[in-house]
Amino acid sequence: MSSALASLAVVLLVAPVLPGLIARTKAILTGRRGQPVLQLYSDLGRLLRKGAVYGTATTWMFALAPVVVLATVLCAALLLPLDGRAALIRFSGDAVAFAYVLALGRMALVLGAMDTGSSFEAMGASREATVASFAEPALFLALVVLAVLTQSLSLSGMLGSRLVPGVEGFRMAAAAPFALVAVTLFIVLLAETARVPVDDPATHLELTMIHEVMILDHSGPDLAFLLYAGAVKLALFGSILVGVVVPRASLAPWLALGLLVGGLVVVAVLIGVIESVTARLRLTRVPQLLVAAATLAALGVILVLR
Amino acid sequence: MLLVALILAPALAALGAALPARRAGRLAWLLAGTALHAALLVATWVTGPAAAAGGWLAFDPLGGLVLSLVSVLTVGVATYTVGFVRPGDPRAGRAFESCLLAFLAAASLVAVSHHLGLLWVGIEATTLATAPLIYQRDDPHSLEAVWKYLVVCSVGIALALLGTFFLATAQVVGGVAGRPLVLDDLMRHGAGLHKAWVRAAFLFLAVGFGTKMGLAPLHTWLPDAHGEAPAPVSALLSGALLNCAFLGVLRAFQVANAAGEADFARPVLLGLGLLSLVVAAVFVVRQDNYKRLLAYSSVEHMGILALGSGMGGLAIYGSLLHMLGSSIAKAVLFLLAGNIVAAYGSKLVQDVQGVVRRLPVSGVLFLLAFLAITGSPPFVPFMSELAILTGAFRSGHAVLAVAMLALQAVVFIGMGSAFLGMSLGASPERGPPIRERAWQVAAPAVLMTVLLVLGLHIPAPLQRALAAAAGSLGGVGGGP
Amino acid sequence: MTQISDFLLLAIVLVNFALLGATRLSTMIRAVAVQGGLLGLLPLVLHGGPSLHAVGLAVGTVAIKGVILPRFLTWAIREAALRREVEPRIGFVGSLLLGVVAMAVAFAVAARLPLPPELARPLLVPVALATVMVGFLILTTRAKAVTQVVGYLALENGIYLFGLTLTEQVPFLVEIGVLLDVFVGVFIMGIVVFHINRAFDSLDAEQLAQLKD
Repeated sequence: MSSALASLAVVLLVAPVLPGLIARTKAILTGRRGQPVLQLYSDLGRLLRKGAVYGTATTWMFALAPVVVLATVLCAALLLPLDGRAALIRFSGDAVAFAYVLALGRMALVLGAMDTGSSFEAMGASREATVASFAEPALFLALVVLAVLTQSLSLSGMLGSRLVPGVEGFRMAAAAPFALVAVTLFIVLLAETARVPVDDPATHLELTMIHEVMILDHSGPDLAFLLYAGAVKLALFGSILVGVVVPRASLAPWLALGLLVGGLVVVAVLIGVIESVTARLRLTRVPQLLVAAATLAALGVILVLR
Repeated sequence: MLLVALILAPALAALGAALPARRAGRLAWLLAGTALHAALLVATWVTGPAAAAGGWLAFDPLGGLVLSLVSVLTVGVATYTVGFVRPGDPRAGRAFESCLLAFLAAASLVAVSHHLGLLWVGIEATTLATAPLIYQRDDPHSLEAVWKYLVVCSVGIALALLGTFFLATAQVVGGVAGRPLVLDDLMRHGAGLHKAWVRAAFLFLAVGFGTKMGLAPLHTWLPDAHGEAPAPVSALLSGALLNCAFLGVLRAFQVANAAGEADFARPVLLGLGLLSLVVAAVFVVRQDNYKRLLAYSSVEHMGILALGSGMGGLAIYGSLLHMLGSSIAKAVLFLLAGNIVAAYGSKLVQDVQGVVRRLPVSGVLFLLAFLAITGSPPFVPFMSELAILTGAFRSGHAVLAVAMLALQAVVFIGMGSAFLGMSLGASPERGPPIRERAWQVAAPAVLMTVLLVLGLHIPAPLQRALAAAAGSLGGVGGGP
Repeated sequence: MTQISDFLLLAIVLVNFALLGATRLSTMIRAVAVQGGLLGLLPLVLHGGPSLHAVGLAVGTVAIKGVILPRFLTWAIREAALRREVEPRIGFVGSLLLGVVAMAVAFAVAARLPLPPELARPLLVPVALATVMVGFLILTTRAKAVTQVVGYLALENGIYLFGLTLTEQVPFLVEIGVLLDVFVGVFIMGIVVFHINRAFDSLDAEQLAQLKD
């Protein structure tokens, strides 16, 4: 229990470092020095001290959206076994709850964007919803593979179980489905956190924005909530990935925590590398990428059900 | 030794035919090669040679019947080729005679091979040998026909190879003694073969070789290839090549029978046969290109062969006899169609009229061949269809027999309206009928005579061979 | 050994999906070359260790399927100056989904066709059947003539994969025959493709569908 609380606290504290790490990696790879790694903390502080500006066409939905997003992300964090053993809240089927709590947050964001009454935001909202609807089957198929392998319907069972191939022996036969799940989850991560090749977070061109559109109109504390929620979401998906690849159930709590943070750093650097190396996909190709990810997960399902 | 000679003689003649620069030299090689092959075949029937190459090559009635058919038709086609003027680029024509002889060698390999892997190689070789024959002119339709032929037949052959592998697996998994993939060992130890693998093997072999045979649904190459190829090539493809593939299907059926899976194999054949008949009936009716019409008629007759083989009993004897009769009639029709194309310059039904007046000998033979192929007495196909229908009723397939009759009636109407319109009526140009050269009509005339004579009386040796072949397929010998 | 062969088989499956989802001709050719290479390595790790026969087979397969034929196809594309895009009739998403269905069907069918473990890995028959089906799928749903050839190569890869179970039992006449005939068949197809290029402006197989009823 205490280890779970400690892990949660650490993750929530460390989350803003990750976007900074990604930006730093990109900068180094492109020959620049780049912004400080802890830049997001300064940004959040600055934004919280400012006042928010609301458009005249917006209603209470627009103001509610960032709060809902932050709340849902924090709830989702409670469902994940961040210490490698058990989550703070766990019940059979909490994997589904995890996915749909995050979906609730996304829905609120989309509604808030459409609330501005501008057609540009509406276009972005439809794109965001499309990407989400393609990412969902991939995520669920990956969860099915984990559920069959670990015989558990709870995230704590899937990621905290000792059936995961570990340091004891690396059996190829069981490793293959895990490898496929890891790749699928990584692509889902890229989709959910709006990273290249699904979406470019650094773009300023209207034609190419997807997620950026959602946060375009928010300011002050609202924007701070959204940025922080984005960083925590990245951390959450990263820890799912770490949980699939590295089993920490039998390790000491401080070692498990250290591995988690280390894994998150590795994930961030990896995202940074991918962002530097690949270009964003054409909008019509994004669903194909996500279907390919779902296909990999389906292959994993066929392998484990055999 | 004789068996190896049957394969090597045409192969060497093919190499020889590639050498001369002048057409006369190549034709000489062609005629010599086919004649030699026919002589060797007669010697083989008479002496009944023992198995060669460790049991991989052997001569049995079934293979012998197919090879005799191929040999007779090749001699006829070779004779016709002497007088056949090939339009188009003479540069592309150097390989024509060589390819014909190569085909003969490959067909011999298929017929005498008792090793199923070798049989598969033979059928692949027939595809490769005949592909250049179809592509004779530099025109896009012909290229399309060759492309489709190669792609579809290659897929079929690949599936047949998978089926052959499955059969070998059936032997290995069943722990059966004997040489792998050798037909005699497969049949002797049939009961020990693993059932599921045999079923999978038969399915793939039937579909794969059925593609080359022209059974629906993978028959799509047939109308294009037979319609676009030059007349002697179409005759050879329809009369000889399809039957080599049929032999492949029958070998698979022999093994399935020996393994006790006849109840699985028969419905597969019946299904494929019925589907082919339906497809043929549908496409014959509105066909305006008479060579494609003949091609769809080939699909129909292959469907009848499959149906007959699937029904069992007397119907198997009938389908073997039908193989002989319909192939000869079809070859005659294609050769005569070549004459018609040369005289009228068009492959469309509407452009051709009054053939009987303009090309008297060809016209009369054409009408007779049309009557033969649609099953009129006194030709062979009438007797064979009677046998198939009798066998069908005796083995309880009355519904299928009725369906067969109905679909054949449809085909008869379609073909009849086209061919009767072509043959009769006034010739578009006034003037005396065209003098036909002997080379163009000798082979068709001889073949039609054979068809008539056999239709009236089947000589005892042939009767015995047919009965023995039918018996090896689990059928009953002896005709009406 | 068994783990390496399992890994190779899984890699072959992934290449199948890459084939289905590829949008460029060069990607497809590279994918089928990789598949040929993986296939060539398999005889070395099946049947418990490499024998002389297996080494010969491996070298031959990698040379023909992994190097020569893909180079030949690339040359054909350059000679014919083709547009480099794959033109699918079904769409990539649909093709990927059909590929998954094909895999599921292959596993289901393979469950009823048992093979003793000393003959083959449990994954081998399903992967072989799935590759055959994927090859057939590519052959029938892609419009260009060159992609039909690539599909046929994938089909032959699947059949060859299955044949690897029998290398010890059945004399290698069949295997050599397979390779030779594949070589010759595709070679002639390539030549035909070349000639088709002279007759048409492009190698689109839909333009080849003019002969219809």
